[in-house]
Amino acid sequence: MANVTLTINGQQVTVPAGSTILQAAEKLNIFIPTLCYEPILTRPASCRICVVEVKGSKNLVPACAALARDGMVVETDTPEVIEARRTIIDLLLANHPMDCLTCGRNGDCRLQDYAFMYGVRESSFSGEKHNYPLEDDNPFYIRDMNKCILCGKCVRVCAEIQGNSVIDFTYRGFNTKIAAFMDVPMSQSECVFCGNCVAYCPTGALQEKYLRSHARTWEVQKVTTVCPYCGTGCTLDLNVKNGKVVGVTSTDGEVNGKALCVKGRFGFGFIHHPDRLQQPLIKKDGRLVESTWDEAIQLIATRLGEVKAQYGADAIGFLTSARCTNEENYLLSKLARAVIGTNNIDHCARL
Amino acid sequence: MTNPIADIEGANFILALGTNTTETHPVIATKIKQAVRAGGILAVVDPRQTELARLAHYHLALKPGTDIALLNGLANVILTEDLYNKDFVAERTEGFAAWKETVLKYPPEVVAGITGIAADTIREVARGYARSANATILYTMGITQHICGTDNVLAIANLAMLCGHIGKPYSGVNPLRGQNNVQGACDMGGLPNVLTGYQPVADPDVRAKFAAAWGVTSLPEQPGLTVGEMMEGAAAGKLRAMYIMGENPVLSDPDSTHVVHALEKLDFLVVQDIFLTETARLADVVLPAASFAEKDGTFTNTERRVQRVRKAIEPVGEAKPDWQIICLVATAMGYPMQYGSPAEIMAEIARLTPSYGGISYQRLEQGSLVWPCPSPDHPGTPRLHVGKFARGLGKFHPVEYVPPAELPDEEYPFILNTGRRYFHYHTGTMTLRTGALEEYYAQEHLEINPADARTLGITDGDRVRVISRRGQVEVTARVVDTVPPGVVFTSFHFPEVAINRLTNTARDPVAKIPELKVCAVRVEKIA
Ligand code: SF4
Ligand code: SF4
Repeated sequence: MANVTLTINGQQVTVPAGSTILQAAEKLNIFIPTLCYEPILTRPASCRICVVEVKGSKNLVPACAALARDGMVVETDTPEVIEARRTIIDLLLANHPMDCLTCGRNGDCRLQDYAFMYGVRESSFSGEKHNYPLEDDNPFYIRDMNKCILCGKCVRVCAEIQGNSVIDFTYRGFNTKIAAFMDVPMSQSECVFCGNCVAYCPTGALQEKYLRSHARTWEVQKVTTVCPYCGTGCTLDLNVKNGKVVGVTSTDGEVNGKALCVKGRFGFGFIHHPDRLQQPLIKKDGRLVESTWDEAIQLIATRLGEVKAQYGADAIGFLTSARCTNEENYLLSKLARAVIGTNNIDHCARL
Repeated sequence: MTNPIADIEGANFILALGTNTTETHPVIATKIKQAVRAGGILAVVDPRQTELARLAHYHLALKPGTDIALLNGLANVILTEDLYNKDFVAERTEGFAAWKETVLKYPPEVVAGITGIAADTIREVARGYARSANATILYTMGITQHICGTDNVLAIANLAMLCGHIGKPYSGVNPLRGQNNVQGACDMGGLPNVLTGYQPVADPDVRAKFAAAWGVTSLPEQPGLTVGEMMEGAAAGKLRAMYIMGENPVLSDPDSTHVVHALEKLDFLVVQDIFLTETARLADVVLPAASFAEKDGTFTNTERRVQRVRKAIEPVGEAKPDWQIICLVATAMGYPMQYGSPAEIMAEIARLTPSYGGISYQRLEQGSLVWPCPSPDHPGTPRLHVGKFARGLGKFHPVEYVPPAELPDEEYPFILNTGRRYFHYHTGTMTLRTGALEEYYAQEHLEINPADARTLGITDGDRVRVISRRGQVEVTARVVDTVPPGVVFTSFHFPEVAINRLTNTARDPVAKIPELKVCAVRVEKIA
């Protein structure tokens, strides 16, 4: 493929033909803000926060959509560019609740970042503001359409990644809103609550219900691991606060990218459920009663030893687990075969 | 899977058999939808009109348990219309002539009679599969949970070999495994006849290698019992003790009344789990295990990808990771077993297992590895059978259609089909305790066709009793046309609808998989 060479902020860069100015800038580690842009989605170039100056061009051009051309000279930080970006932020804030103090996405919000970056403290426009009710009709995520900036990422995620096309732009002009067909609550729509739209939302318009109401964004520590449910093996981040898992967020998984399903994203509550077994139990007089580890392990060793002595190793059977790790499955096989001396080991692969 | 999940997106033709992918493997389903959006053709074989079936260009709503007839029928069309890949068959396979004779007995008209699918549809799908540059087959339990499950899988492999749709990108034969680490549990020797990496216990060299590594003089050479055989052994008083780690056979296994009876007969039962499951309640000793969030380790997904599980929090209460518990038990039995961390266990696995030979925690920190990965410098093998089959030549196995073990009759006129729901998982121990999933999907239903419902005087929301020769459950009816007449469907996620009290233990003779997808039942309205 042919390459093109262009200059951005005085630095030369060569990229494959067909690359955008944004991609060329990324190669130089030059920051250009984006809101509606997402590399793996189609590009509407509608938010225009990514505009840059291209020498010889009358208007500012959106870096996410404009292709890099040979000999192009681009400036990303001219006063004109900055002014254009400030105006866009200003307009967005004109119709934004400005309740960052209590917003669950405080500290993890592109709008907030850019307002800070470009020094827009409050909007200079005083116009009508939306006053939509908070949508919390389902246990998984909330929608606060007052915070929606209409970047349309969620619409594209639902259509292009999740493949469900549950939501779209509805109504017109000032009343434009992202909603399910006929503007029904999500719980009455075809939504499957994968939350993939939530993972891509740049503001607080879509928020994980539990996570964002139980932890500030800076309080959580993220641990990358693998989903405990189906065999797809999606990578996810457990969000931990004070030694407790308070939520799951997307990371860039090798299998799944940022996509998860409802179980992986919202099915973590079992971890701290009060029903979790917390102590060994031993059956005494037909009832399971709490015991110490020592007592329980001793009892197992004694009883298994007795059964083996009386009936032989093959009178003992082991079920290993499709839920446990490889290492644990290996060790149970070792326990069965090397310690007890039986090949009676199986699991529910067939079920 | 012979191919990585990512390959699905690039397929021109997808034949999905017995897989309700959008509910059971939702993220894999997104790849199918992406392939379809890019112009790929999707054919779905499923008695029910699943979401995937609604997306498909062809929905082959076959009679439950008639997959082999259908697969042979597809092969028949491809053969007789001369659409098969002659080079591939000549160079890479054997047994073609004998197999061909069997397949010739299945012309589309005959197959239509068995499966209930129109002959022309069979022809179109066969042509589509054969003529596509890349065609992939996906399947799950809908294929394997039959008395002929092994033959079903062979019939699928035959079809793929016939067209040469294997051993190359975007094609292949891809079973989608149900549980997060079911692949790994098999890989690790959690099976009665093999040690890690499918090394047979019957092989003296294998036994000698493991005995030396494990510091014992010998290892048992007779293959052991499968789950079902263990339950029978327990019921018969031959198996006296069981040690169950992280499984809930009381709800997951067929004919659960029998399972409970078998477990109760044991002299001693140990259950190690994160919850007091229906199975754990029967135990003499219950050990509290750590959940996936509380330990380090690895899971191997359905495409053979080994990935790191990382500890995020301390175990709750006095719970311990399963690996530590096993070490304690082994040590108490006079076999000192000690590891500093799961990384050390993996190092031992790698030493003993050729296909995991190159896998280490150090490498996994850089990214996952897909086995076979025989050495530390091996990049892993996302695609199998490229250029050559593992066994050399691919063998065509003639397989014949056999009807399910239990068919409807006058007394039990319906086929009960069981499966999974999107919002839940397996026996529900986790998904019924999340504070979210069970709130949204709180109650199980029995899906029944409107025509059948009318005959039985059942309306949507009525309580009904479902009865088989083995047991019964009560459940709320949901009248939907997504199940065909004569078939009812539900899941096994909810303890209050313990549907496996009804299912049949009849098993596939080779894989020993029970026929959970078909059994005969009667449905009664509860007055
Ligand atoms: S949760 Fe999933 S299905 Fe629902 S709107 Fe968002 S992306 Fe679409
Ligand atoms: S997030 Fe959903 S699709 Fe992914 S592994 Fe978990 S259960 Fe499977």
